[in-house]
Amino acid sequence: MSNDLYITASSSINTNIVSKNELLVFENKEPDLSQFLLSVYRHLDTQYPKFHKMDNLSKLGWLANEVLLKDSFDTAKYKPEDIGIVLSNANSSLDNDIKYMETVKEIASPALFVYTLPNIVIGEISIRHKFKGENAFFINEDFDAAFIQQYVGNLMHNEVLQCCICGWVEALGENYKAVLFLIEKDKSSNSVIFTKENLNKIYQIENG
Amino acid sequence: MTDIFISSDNILSPIGLNTAVNFERLKQDNSGIKKQENKEMSEQPFYAALFENDFSENGLPDIFTRFEKLLVASVEDAFSKTNVKATDKKTVLIISTTKGNISLLETEILSDELNKRISLNTSAKLVADHFGFVNQPIIISNACISGMLAILTGMRLIQSGQYDHAVVTGADLISKFVLSGFQSFQAVSPSVCKPFDAARDGINLGEGAGTVVLTSNKEYSSGIKVSGGSVSNDANHISGPSRTGEELNIAIGKAMKMAQVTSGDIGFISAHGTATLFNDEMEAKAINLAGLQSAPVNSLKGYYGHTLGAAGLIESIISIQSLKENTIMPTPGFESMGVTQPVNVSTTVIQTPLQHCLKTASGFGGCNAALVFSKQQNQQ
Repeated sequence: MSNDLYITASSSINTNIVSKNELLVFENKEPDLSQFLLSVYRHLDTQYPKFHKMDNLSKLGWLANEVLLKDSFDTAKYKPEDIGIVLSNANSSLDNDIKYMETVKEIASPALFVYTLPNIVIGEISIRHKFKGENAFFINEDFDAAFIQQYVGNLMHNEVLQCCICGWVEALGENYKAVLFLIEKDKSSNSVIFTKENLNKIYQIENG
Repeated sequence: MTDIFISSDNILSPIGLNTAVNFERLKQDNSGIKKQENKEMSEQPFYAALFENDFSENGLPDIFTRFEKLLVASVEDAFSKTNVKATDKKTVLIISTTKGNISLLETEILSDELNKRISLNTSAKLVADHFGFVNQPIIISNACISGMLAILTGMRLIQSGQYDHAVVTGADLISKFVLSGFQSFQAVSPSVCKPFDAARDGINLGEGAGTVVLTSNKEYSSGIKVSGGSVSNDANHISGPSRTGEELNIAIGKAMKMAQVTSGDIGFISAHGTATLFNDEMEAKAINLAGLQSAPVNSLKGYYGHTLGAAGLIESIISIQSLKENTIMPTPGFESMGVTQPVNVSTTVIQTPLQHCLKTASGFGGCNAALVFSKQQNQQ
């Protein structure tokens, strides 16, 4: 079983609830997504001014990743180029695309234009933690556990990566959902084997 | 590792409708970039390589948008030159784009239905169903490395044994959305772009599509392999490249290691070469870090402009054709060296025996990609 890979942590932000490893971290009934995300940021008690410049998709993914790694991830264990990020969603960066297009009628906003690509959230997470490995953003109708398991498993079995953050980050209007998984080669106290079934199980639970 | 062969390919661009025509016209130094006066897109005239047709001639139902018609036309031509079948249960469709149907935001009223129509899943389903693909298509949207990442993903999916063939296609169209964005960044050149040149002043945008059919079946091979590939992230800035080129160098190094080649084996480099100050400087640094400063380097942006999600495909296909014809393409727009590190910019059509080449690209979000293409051992 030496070939097994492990889900060593998971996090989710969905329906006004933030959780890690299927346990509640924070809850706030704030109906406005931007305000809710700001409250999560404040709860995490970090100083990261760049957060405030991000679009909602990047904020959501960035926060979910902070929750995922907080207090349990040892960055020093890996070389920067051995840590990768593979994310997916259904609507790309459409949430911010619509907001950018509004500005084009007057003066096109470069600050919004830069977020008109879904992989910018990967860039934001990479900058935060100095992760320099493989990254990819896929578009799927729904979270495709089989594909993620296959693709990430392949990267790790072939030594392209030693560690990977993967999952789903979606924001469109007030609808949003982020579920992230930390995949590593070594077991940890509450890790489970990296299988399609375990991804789906956690994804369902984290979705409440 | 399983060898991954190129079975067939297509470039559909303002320069021509298939790879052969594109390659011939490039050899004759024909560029697709023209001065455009289109008030719907921009108050000011601008330089870009744009299609002059709407692809309605291929008889698809009206439900297909121009973007989807372009993808279909490119895939159709690539299929006409291979024995790989869409309906084979070991064939997968991979689609690469940055903005797909985003121009609908400019003309349609916002609604949930519109969101669904813009979703790339809708486009992928239409294209996949048109050809009868049995597997769910894979869609990649990873900024300007999308096309290269799509090829790399196809390679990996075949090597994992899940599929035997991958039809990798990508396209992007230019509308006010994209043009205004690059203009807002002050990244668009007021004339034809000048990659690596001392007077370079920004990009031109371009429209286009590219398709490569990858296969593990040697009998279907056209003589070229994808022999290595890698992606990295700068972890530095979301809209500006690395100041050192170190991270692109990481991707180049990993791609070359996978291909089992060293710097002396690389016959030429097809660079991203967007003609922005920072991109070309970063690439020159990475090329030097990789020990590739004497290899001829070209940028095709002066022919095609920056075709975004199609660029990695179109430029890889020209590189593949270069290997087949032992012909290195020049870099239109380049006159005098404008980067601080020495690079051997190709300025004329060069005929020389070639075995391996390197393709690179970088994009917003700090992403970098490198691919190595090689001739099969028995090919000259």
